[in-house]
Amino acid sequence: MAEIVLDGISKKFADGFEAVKDLNLEIADGEFMILVGPSGCGKSTALRMIAGLEDITEGELTIGGNVVNDRAPKDRDIAMVFQNYALYPHMSVRENMAFPLRLAKVDDSTVDKKVSEAAKVLDLEQHLDRKPANLSGGQRQRVAMGRAIVRDPSVFLMDEPLSNLDAKLRVQMRTEVSRLQADLGTTTVYVTHDQTEAMTLGDRVAVMRAGLLQQVGSPAELYNEPDNLFVAGFIGSPAMNFMAATLEGGRVKLPFGEVELPEEFREKLGSHSGKVVAGIRPESFEDAGLVGDAKDQGTTFTANIDLVESMGSEKYAYFSVKGDSIESEELKELAEDAGTSEVPSSGEGLVVARLDAASGAERGKEAELWVDSTKLHFFDPDSGANLKH
Amino acid sequence: MESHNGRERALWSAGIVLIILFSLIPVLWIVSISFKAPDTITAGDSLLTRFFPQEFTLDNYSSLFEGGLDSPLLAPLINSIGIALIATTIAIVLAAFAAYAIARLDFPGKALVLAGALAIAMFPPISTVGPLFDMWRALGLYDTWVGLIIPYLTFALPLAIYTLVAFFREIPWDLEQAAQVDGATPFQAFRKVIVPLAAPGVFTAAILVFIFCWNDFVFAISLTSSDSSRTVPAAIAFFTGDSQFTAPTGNIAAAASLVTVPIIIFVLIFQRRIVAGLTAGAVKG
Repeated sequence: MAEIVLDGISKKFADGFEAVKDLNLEIADGEFMILVGPSGCGKSTALRMIAGLEDITEGELTIGGNVVNDRAPKDRDIAMVFQNYALYPHMSVRENMAFPLRLAKVDDSTVDKKVSEAAKVLDLEQHLDRKPANLSGGQRQRVAMGRAIVRDPSVFLMDEPLSNLDAKLRVQMRTEVSRLQADLGTTTVYVTHDQTEAMTLGDRVAVMRAGLLQQVGSPAELYNEPDNLFVAGFIGSPAMNFMAATLEGGRVKLPFGEVELPEEFREKLGSHSGKVVAGIRPESFEDAGLVGDAKDQGTTFTANIDLVESMGSEKYAYFSVKGDSIESEELKELAEDAGTSEVPSSGEGLVVARLDAASGAERGKEAELWVDSTKLHFFDPDSGANLKH
Repeated sequence: MESHNGRERALWSAGIVLIILFSLIPVLWIVSISFKAPDTITAGDSLLTRFFPQEFTLDNYSSLFEGGLDSPLLAPLINSIGIALIATTIAIVLAAFAAYAIARLDFPGKALVLAGALAIAMFPPISTVGPLFDMWRALGLYDTWVGLIIPYLTFALPLAIYTLVAFFREIPWDLEQAAQVDGATPFQAFRKVIVPLAAPGVFTAAILVFIFCWNDFVFAISLTSSDSSRTVPAAIAFFTGDSQFTAPTGNIAAAASLVTVPIIIFVLIFQRRIVAGLTAGAVKG
């Protein structure tokens, strides 16, 4: 039973690098909180500060009502799963899982009971006497989880626990982790750079970038109402399309046409006008012929389709737009993180539209597309802030 | 595919047998000589009959220990064991500290320490013997245990540091943190997780250093003059025959066979650990 409060936590390394800047975060008891961001954003450092493996330069860390800044990891009642699992190679699976209990001087019969319970939950019973070196990646991962749960800690910390697994196993273990956390109801902080993991696992997700917390919220909040360009681009796959646009009196000029903005939009945007960055999620597009009644709340335009990827249940249509290029540090970082392909970083980038499988869009041909004008996002080109807020 | 594997296997086996024969036959020959009576050493018509003793005797061995402490081999054996063990212990303790620092910490001059250690290890021992001889005589260290332990350390330390650094670098230090999160004090984490992982490396280094000290001849022959500190390799060189005109071949063979026994025992006991140690850097688990 523990909530975690990070109050103005900062981390400055000896070489002057500030990995985490003034982090404020409240994690409720039993909550599954995800820290997500590209590599080097400070999420792992933040987790290691909660674990006590890294000193806190500034701020106050409270776990279960106690300030733990100066407590050793062993006195914080936490368990951690490391990215490389950090299993003890000289101990068998049983000994690995029993290790925290032995250190806590639990008597032998209780140790046996707890270890076999955990082994049962994690389906490790037939591997208890093997050494970690003889286990597969998924099994090692489960042993690491087992070592964490045997002790009934008040907090689980997980540092990219699934990133060393292959794609199929990762999906499987993701479900497993989620089920386990729900069953145990233990407060969990989970670090990942994978936005899919963040979206599927977390009660709430905290997006970090360059040591700064960008936004905290439920996966749906982050997806539908991103605070800034970075969050908008980071959350969602395929990523949000960004393009240069001009706002002018309730209308917006997009590279492929002008869109009349709905009333509620105009109110929120207030008097903003001039150059902005428009963000459109792939699913905000649709084949114009398949929209039906909703057609009024959007705009239809013609696009030259470069490529169509049919996924069976839907189609991804790619088309290019011409417009002013966007200069943004955030977009650059996103592009780097994604390997550039996912995020068009300039005005002349590719736009992805997610269309119904019934769409007749074809490669190399023109198609009538429709965009939902109520689902547009606008960002300040300089600060990256969402203009709707 | 099967036959190809079979042929490959056969070739490998033949190669291995050849190498083993090549390295073991001289050793076996020495052992064989050590059991021959002095006047039958060269007896025998063919190579094969000459290999096996025609007259089996243990005289060569018993004569080595005749006369207790004044015997040809007992005092040198004690010197050898004592000097090698002390030098190994000191070298391993110091090298473990140095290697730990080099493997885990960043400090100015780290590269210099490693380069210096390598340079010293490369230094030909023979070039230091002359000056050492003069210095030790002036300092009163000539013909003492300390007089041999110090030069052994100068060569054993770099060897041990290099072996241990390579080994310590392979230890996943995350484990120490994992142990701390699991509820261990820093000392418990060190004792229960790091020490068991480092032990094979320490054993490997210790055995290499011990063999180096045990086998040394150059320092031993130059810096000793009596049984008070002369080690076995040097003592063997001072063996005398029964008369001025007989070579002590049998005794030398017996002593040579005898001094390999501790090494063989050592290696057999720690064989698995040595293999683990020597391959630690090569195979990632």
